[in-house]
Amino acid sequence: MSTDTSPLHAEHIADGATMVDFAGWQMPMRYEGDIAEHQAVRTAAGLFDLSHMGELMVRGADAAAALDYAFVGQMSRVPLWGAKYTMMCAPDGGVIDDVIVYRRDWDHFMVVANAANRDVVLSQLRSRIHEGGFEATIDDETHEIALIAIQGPAAESITASMCELGAEDIGAMKYYKASNVLLEGGIHAFAARTGYTGEDGFELFVPADQARAVWRLAMERGDAAGLTPCGLASRDSLRLEAGMPLYGRELSHDTNPFEAGLGRVVAFGREGGPDRGDFVGRAALERARDEGAQKVLVGLAGDGRRSPRTGYPVTDADDHQIGIVTSGAPSPTLGHPIAMAYVPPRLAEIGTEVVVDVRGRREPMRVVALPFYTRGG
Amino acid sequence: MPEIPEDLQYSVEHEWVRGDVSAGSVVTVGITAYAADALGDVVYVEAPQVGATVVAGQVCGELESTKAVSELYSPVSGTVAEVNPALESAPDLINSDVYGEGWIFTVTLAEEPSSLLDAAAYADTTA
Repeated sequence: MSTDTSPLHAEHIADGATMVDFAGWQMPMRYEGDIAEHQAVRTAAGLFDLSHMGELMVRGADAAAALDYAFVGQMSRVPLWGAKYTMMCAPDGGVIDDVIVYRRDWDHFMVVANAANRDVVLSQLRSRIHEGGFEATIDDETHEIALIAIQGPAAESITASMCELGAEDIGAMKYYKASNVLLEGGIHAFAARTGYTGEDGFELFVPADQARAVWRLAMERGDAAGLTPCGLASRDSLRLEAGMPLYGRELSHDTNPFEAGLGRVVAFGREGGPDRGDFVGRAALERARDEGAQKVLVGLAGDGRRSPRTGYPVTDADDHQIGIVTSGAPSPTLGHPIAMAYVPPRLAEIGTEVVVDVRGRREPMRVVALPFYTRGG
Repeated sequence: MPEIPEDLQYSVEHEWVRGDVSAGSVVTVGITAYAADALGDVVYVEAPQVGATVVAGQVCGELESTKAVSELYSPVSGTVAEVNPALESAPDLINSDVYGEGWIFTVTLAEEPSSLLDAAAYADTTA
């Protein structure tokens, strides 16, 4: 299998990054150290190369209707320069991918898919557009676009300082909104106030052949504010603290959005309002909503030092396995182990005591509210 | 390329051994820069207890980073003489000074180890 490299690969090597193969891409795992990178995002700002993420452009007169059918959310209701977190589900209601959809024009949307799911999302979009008879085209522009994220309390001022045109749009931009800006050096960027760290931040979609100039511009403008290049290791610990699901861990084809605590992303149409129409997975998801979840995603926290990890069994007092850990780590911000796990609904109450089998030893944990960390909280 | 000092001996499980390895002598044990780089910032070290018997090639503790956990293998057989007390409050010494202040434990050797590698042979295993 061939491995893709980011247009920023040479920057990462020059910065001394430890690289890792992630979903077929060589990406930075860390530069100096995971914890310093994690703290930089919580206290100043971090710079992430996310060029492995898939950018799929859906264009055409029926683009909005096609996405309404292909995803569980109602994309036609997203206004120009708006963004929405949504999911693609299978006919049985299982999650195929979680994505962010950005509206770039009345007839143009950008779907940002997880790297590991880009191919399946692309093929499913194609077949769903075809079976619905929609007038829309889909183009995979992943290799033409670099995605650079600036995340942290200093992200707004750093991003604004990089703009030749649009600095005031950056300052005025609300969460899950986006805008076209011109970065210094005449580089066109699509800037969105989105992220995956639990902090304020921006994601810049830029032409791949100008990615290195954008990276260097960010490092130069962010230097005084403490902007730190961050790898995938800190991205994972940041999103876990923020209680954000990761496809392959919390989300999979074996899980529906209700079980993941994300039933709110499924739009069936408002009572008494106009029907939003059919979408793939609708019947199964209505059943899942009405029957109630068989498993519930919860947060776990412990007082010990040994941390649960993906796949570890959650047991009751009698040692019977009742659930499974999907993600876990010693939280750099909180200083104790945290995890997300699926448990039966009867054990999902905040404060419930459970046990996690951590490499052969029983470690007590308790169910806590998600997210573990809230900015300013 | 992570550093591999010439004056140490190594196990295939990425531990280093410092000192005379004849039976009855005391050697110092840590993990290699290669292993520390793979783990990332170490946040917790569970070392064997003083007085515990360790066996070459067998698990005797664990190391935990934000990203991962890895088992700690003893590269030699014998009795644990001392455990690095600094790692309790500063486990990141394993990242900042892996062949020095980041040592993990010392062992009074029950026998001369037979399967340790020199620096060149260890480098081949990580290539």
